[in-house]
Amino acid sequence: MEANVTINKLNTRFSESIVETHSYRGDDTAIVRKEDLLEICTFLRDDKELLYNFMMDLTAVDYLGREPRFEVVYHLYSLAFNRRFRIKTRVSESDCCVDSIVPIWVSANWFEREAYDLYGIIFKGHPELRRILLYEGFQGHPLRKDYPINKRQPQIGPTN
Amino acid sequence: MSDSAKDLHSEYMVINMGPSHPVTHGTVKFLLTLEGETIIDMKVDIGYLHRGFEKMCENGTWEQVMPYTDRLNYVSPLINNVGYALAVEKLIGIDVPERCKYIRVIASELARISDHYTNIAASGLELGAFTAFLYFVEARELLWDLIEMLCGARVTANYVRIGGLKNDLPDGFKAKTREVFKTCRELWADVDHLLTKNRIFIDRVRNVGIMPPEDAIAWGFTGPCLRACGIPYDVRKFHPYLVYDQMDFEVPVGEKGDNFDRYLVRMEEINQSMRIVEQALENIPSGPVNVNMPEYRWQSKDDIGNRIESLIFHFKTVTEGIKPPPGEIYSAVEGANGELGFYLVSDGSGKPYKCRVRPPCFPLTAAMPKMVKGGFIADIVPTFDMINMIGGECDR
Amino acid sequence: MVADLIESVVKILFIFSVNIGFFSPILGWVERKQSALMQDRVGANRADVFGFTLIGLFHPIADAIKVLTKEDFIPEGADRLFHTIAPFISLTPAIIAFAVIPFGGQYELFGHRVNLIIADLDVGILFIFAFASLASFGAVLGGWASNNNWSFLGGLRASAQMLSYEVVMGLNIIGVIMVYGTLSLSEIGAMQVNLFNWGIFLQPIGFVLFFTCAIAENKRAPFDVAEAESELVAGYFTEYSGMKFVMFWMGEFLEIVTISGLVTTMFFGAWHLPFVSDQMLVDFFGFAGPNGASILAILVNIATFFAKVIFFIWLQMTIRWTLPRFRYDQVMRLGWKMFLPIALINIFITGLVLLAK
Repeated sequence: MEANVTINKLNTRFSESIVETHSYRGDDTAIVRKEDLLEICTFLRDDKELLYNFMMDLTAVDYLGREPRFEVVYHLYSLAFNRRFRIKTRVSESDCCVDSIVPIWVSANWFEREAYDLYGIIFKGHPELRRILLYEGFQGHPLRKDYPINKRQPQIGPTN
Repeated sequence: MSDSAKDLHSEYMVINMGPSHPVTHGTVKFLLTLEGETIIDMKVDIGYLHRGFEKMCENGTWEQVMPYTDRLNYVSPLINNVGYALAVEKLIGIDVPERCKYIRVIASELARISDHYTNIAASGLELGAFTAFLYFVEARELLWDLIEMLCGARVTANYVRIGGLKNDLPDGFKAKTREVFKTCRELWADVDHLLTKNRIFIDRVRNVGIMPPEDAIAWGFTGPCLRACGIPYDVRKFHPYLVYDQMDFEVPVGEKGDNFDRYLVRMEEINQSMRIVEQALENIPSGPVNVNMPEYRWQSKDDIGNRIESLIFHFKTVTEGIKPPPGEIYSAVEGANGELGFYLVSDGSGKPYKCRVRPPCFPLTAAMPKMVKGGFIADIVPTFDMINMIGGECDR
Repeated sequence: MVADLIESVVKILFIFSVNIGFFSPILGWVERKQSALMQDRVGANRADVFGFTLIGLFHPIADAIKVLTKEDFIPEGADRLFHTIAPFISLTPAIIAFAVIPFGGQYELFGHRVNLIIADLDVGILFIFAFASLASFGAVLGGWASNNNWSFLGGLRASAQMLSYEVVMGLNIIGVIMVYGTLSLSEIGAMQVNLFNWGIFLQPIGFVLFFTCAIAENKRAPFDVAEAESELVAGYFTEYSGMKFVMFWMGEFLEIVTISGLVTTMFFGAWHLPFVSDQMLVDFFGFAGPNGASILAILVNIATFFAKVIFFIWLQMTIRWTLPRFRYDQVMRLGWKMFLPIALINIFITGLVLLAK
């Protein structure tokens, strides 16, 4: 089917890496193993029939109580074929890291910093992984589900 | 550098164009490493306006998120409202009536025009053209009068609802729009005469802040900044939503990707948006503006008073929130700065499990160092203005 | 002797009161109201005395009171001496330059020859340029002494800009000097009775160049890179408040008046109405007796001179509120690579035309 070109190609080429696919409400999605993420993303960007040249969004979702706990979500867009695609990878809390896709799409730089800042997911190979939206002395990762919304932070300021 | 210059003991000056500076509106910090006035290196620090939008959304119901979306891109709040409502409706799987779609298009375009007015006015102001700033601010005031007539508030509109709108178009809206647009077109012509062929303005913005098209795509540019590079990607044309596929409008595209092209693209988009609003007002059908599904959208007071189903659902949706089926979607609209995407995850309860906004100016601000390295400090001013970084949207 | 002294004192008091007492506050009002008119808004109109707002004319008084009662601070780590004297150095040349600008001709008054110029130097133009050069120290010292990187950048820009444009201004004036054959401003003014002897007709390029360079020298828009609000907060006077801040501003405003005075004297017929010489005026007013005629002629000439000055002040204000500002390197390129060659060509052409006559 035309609408599932991407999923079909991924299934033929990377069948062991794909955990799950769906097209809920027309959004093609694939969940892949995090070890093969870089390879799959390079394929998605470079394959002549896919050409996903835009990395539109990168975020994470915290499914507290489920193992693996986090899910890193990437939204891709192909300008040539006018197609959107979502690729997800599951990250557990104990091994909370995933490969950085900055070598593939430069725009991922700040998005990954934001995911690290708010969820605490480490992106291996990121050129400068530090907090972006919150200040350096912030303790904790606020968008995790176990961070209470009214938690207070220690006071910061000049030490003299 | 000549040999004699190498013998001079010189060091780079590190200067902080800090969050509190006339040009860094939206509060951004630029840490500049300068050699004289040339920028050797630049680091951008954002997050001064981070208010925890996503965390707050997870804490309230689906409808309670709507006023928060006003405060994302606070110069075009109606577009954020429309984008969020469309995303939730896609998640639920419902479609709103035709009249509602037309009014949402009108609201989005009015917000887009006012955003472009604000951006060009601010650029003029920071380049020293005070008069152009005030002319466009006057035009924006007239537009805000229209928006106030529509929904009661000038800026934080909170007008769109999931499954409909807060209220229908008021009487006399079409006539007032015609009047307002006449004055706005005159003011547009005035600013055009003041800036577009002004040698000083052109010298400041031409060939400054250039971004080649392949780099723009790699950096995630969308919106007027991408179109200024020559790539005609506009969500309204490529993934038509609401009734944009029935509207006749053009998408202006630039050539070089410098600040002057961004300025010209925005100026022309104002005209195209006015065309869209006029067409929408001509062709708008009559009918209801809210979808007739009490479990997702409150019905009128008459209906609630008379239909037990509406009453029960009104009570439940107010206390517990509407309940979209579990799942996740991504929905994008064309914001004034680019593709405004919403990624929503629902777990079937009345509260959003995840409500993510893809901010269009986030990647634009990330690319600032690339655009100004090797230039002068004075080049930061038009470049930063023209990417239209809105603090509320970038930091959420 | 005593008559000379009285004459000098009266002239100095007159120029002082006109400049500092009248033009300086009025220019603040003009800036607000003219910009408001151009920008389709009302402008400042709140300061009132017993309920009369008088279209905002009380604002300069309100400003003066505010400024005198503000705390005057020197930032930590700043060089106290230079921080304090920088505004004075910036303001003084602007006032002194008016000493050699003639605002009227020579008349017989009470048996005494009155010359309406405070100091009739033979080298009037040179005097003005000498003092304009001194004014650049004020900006540079203000920027350096503030212990603030942004002020420092502003001071750097100001120094380079003012020095470059002084050179170019000097070359522009050479054309005028060649045509009139004298450096003395009162003689240049006296030679412009005939309308077609006005500098604007004899030296059109010189006028345009001089006017532009003078605005650049004064650091007004579109050349206000040194003080560029949006880039450098307030440039070299970021760290100033109260009276010292106002002194920088007054220096700028008074220099506007000085530039207008210079342009009027050199290019627009000084104090003359076209084709009307001083003697004709005195004869015209002969019905009032010899002293009365002189006084009336003096008044007419002063009024003409200041009317022309006010026209140029208006012109500079209009230019300020219309044009965006240049980038710093474009300012320098304009001065050195465009104005300098044009000025040299102007001198060359003037020389050729004079030789041919």
